Amino acid sequence: MTSSPLTAAAPATSTSPVGGRRRRRLRRFTRRDVGVLAVLLGIPVALDLALIWATTIASIGLSFTSYNGVTAIKWVGWRNYDQIFTIYEPFWRAVRNNLLWLVTLGLIATPLGLFLAYLLDKNIRLTRVYQSVFYMPVVLSLAVVGFIAQLVYSRDHGALNVLLGRADHPTDWLGDPNINIWAVLAAAIWRHTGYVMVLYLAGLKAVDPALKEAAVIDGANERQVFFQVIFPTLRPINIIVLVITVIEALRAFDIVYAINSGRNGLELLSVLVTQNIVGEASRIGFGSAIAVILLTTSTGFVIAYLTQIVREDRS
Amino acid sequence: MAYTVSRRALLKGTLLGAGALAVPAALAAACGSSDKSGGGGTVNKSVTFGSNYSDDVPKKAFADTLAAFDQSKGFTTKINTVDHNSFQENITRYLQGNPDDAFNWFAGFRMRFFAAQGLATPIDDVWDSIGANYSDAFKIASTGDDGKKYFVPFYNYPWALFYRKSLWQAKGYQVPKTIDELRTLGATMKADGLSPIGFADKDGWPAMGTFDQLNMRMNGYDFHIQLMAYKHSWTDPKVKAVFDLWKGLMPLHQAGANGRTWQEAAQDLGAKKSGMYLLGSFVSQQFKGADLDDLDFFAFPEVDSTIGTGAVEAPIDGFMVSKKAKNPDGAKEVLKYLATAQAQNTYLKTDPGDVAANTQADASGYNALQKKAAAFIGGAKQISQFLDRDANPTFASTVMIPALQKFINDSSDIDGLLKSIDSQAKSIYTT
Repeated sequence: MTSSPLTAAAPATSTSPVGGRRRRRLRRFTRRDVGVLAVLLGIPVALDLALIWATTIASIGLSFTSYNGVTAIKWVGWRNYDQIFTIYEPFWRAVRNNLLWLVTLGLIATPLGLFLAYLLDKNIRLTRVYQSVFYMPVVLSLAVVGFIAQLVYSRDHGALNVLLGRADHPTDWLGDPNINIWAVLAAAIWRHTGYVMVLYLAGLKAVDPALKEAAVIDGANERQVFFQVIFPTLRPINIIVLVITVIEALRAFDIVYAINSGRNGLELLSVLVTQNIVGEASRIGFGSAIAVILLTTSTGFVIAYLTQIVREDRS
Repeated sequence: MAYTVSRRALLKGTLLGAGALAVPAALAAACGSSDKSGGGGTVNKSVTFGSNYSDDVPKKAFADTLAAFDQSKGFTTKINTVDHNSFQENITRYLQGNPDDAFNWFAGFRMRFFAAQGLATPIDDVWDSIGANYSDAFKIASTGDDGKKYFVPFYNYPWALFYRKSLWQAKGYQVPKTIDELRTLGATMKADGLSPIGFADKDGWPAMGTFDQLNMRMNGYDFHIQLMAYKHSWTDPKVKAVFDLWKGLMPLHQAGANGRTWQEAAQDLGAKKSGMYLLGSFVSQQFKGADLDDLDFFAFPEVDSTIGTGAVEAPIDGFMVSKKAKNPDGAKEVLKYLATAQAQNTYLKTDPGDVAANTQADASGYNALQKKAAAFIGGAKQISQFLDRDANPTFASTVMIPALQKFINDSSDIDGLLKSIDSQAKSIYTT
């Protein structure tokens, strides 16, 4: 075995000969290690700063301009935000849809995933088959899920209307803005449930069976065993799942974009940004303002969550 | 004893491996970019073309046309085909990034918008040799705001109400000349179990065609073009009248339009589920063989007898040379060829929905539909380009698309809708 630099460096605690003082500087890393660390950490940090933080700050700056990508940048102050909140027609629908996405994933998909994980943890027959079946949608990209959704939900040629026997008065699952968001959320739940289920399965495996047995001996029924013994031990997984759910909700884009470019009831903030910047529109200042609103919302959640965690850890 | 790899050896190996892969890639990139066009006098014979002809029929037709060009002039053109809607949506980034030498585009405000932003090369030298081929209307449509020419027209196509002759003969329907006749005919068709007027607006832009026709019939061509340039407010009572008329006609349109693409609606027309369909003549791309012969069209009926039906909506498709073209001279040669009657005839042989822009194009090769379309456009008093080509593209895509889809879902609050359109239009046009 090559000698580790730690063991090699340990005896070399330097004792300075100057003035008889004993300076104990325990050097844990050699210069070469520092160099390697600097490179391996430095490159990702530099990329992160350049591609994410610098561009974010640039976007925030551009949101106060009327830049259209080609002509000179003109400062307009809060005008973009004013227009977004008052006259930009799709904006409030997009906010509503993003919130719906968050609530649905958080209150329906996640508990459902937990429930399925709990059931499948019981080592019933064919448990692995069920796990694979539920996890399969996660493997599909959301764009593919959007495409499948079109085949299933299409008004005139879709499978669902045929299966429901509604060939004469077909329901316009994707074209009717009152119901298409729910049709799309059904597909998103289908995917998110499998994802959460696998995370909780891993967490449930780490639960000490002795705890469960002790609770049963003490006379707890199954519901009490779950909520008062098992669920508290899943706290680290809960944190991960919560973060993932919020990220997925705010990040939602591919599935609605694949269905109808995010219009007519399927607006989302991320899609509005794209429509204004990437489309023929090239209203970069305006699109950046929408992006900053999305950024503020996400940051708001992160800050709220972190404050909660820090407060809990302190108490 | 098993051979174990220490962590340091693994890290070292990974870094060296990554470096080893990066070096040839960097070299290849460096070598590739040094492939500049050759010496001064001769034109570089390799031209790249950005094309949005992504549907099967036009894609093949265009490939045939450029293949003929390659053969005759010894060029190699490389066509980069992008999905039709994506091409238009990404055009600003495309033209500022790494565009092809020449690209498909459309006449109207859209062309002038990008020319004014300095994203296209002026091609007055190309027009010196091809000017004789085009009528004045096309010359005007190809000129930018600064008076220079930026566009070479290739073909255009009229928007009209298409129908299947066999179905109408069987049921005894007559072509309506006025809006009242259209309403009566629609009622009869509904009683016969058809959707009178096919309708699809999933992509957002087809419904603009209906608006254009109604506006030009009710208020005249001049008012329509001025409205497109935002010289009139959208809350003008004349505009409200158009939406009121459309609301009255909505029961005759196929239900569930926001969930249907124009290709699906065209197939419904072919399957005799709808009686007629307002679309451009590219609808014929969805018809093959005997069905294509069965297809016919008529002009949108008149609403106001003092205005009549002289205005025709016939968007012009053509080509431009990008400002950042690597081979602008080669691109101009391609455009000179594409302006000839021969090129346009080659294209139209395979794509039978359109009509050549060149006045000398050989009309004898046209099928019956094309002959009628050519006569229809030739006899037009005024020609409009389509809402998303006549109006500011930002306005068309971010305001009109959602507004029209909202109108199709719920046509009750027209005042609120027009107020919303107008305030957004003001914010876009007066920047």
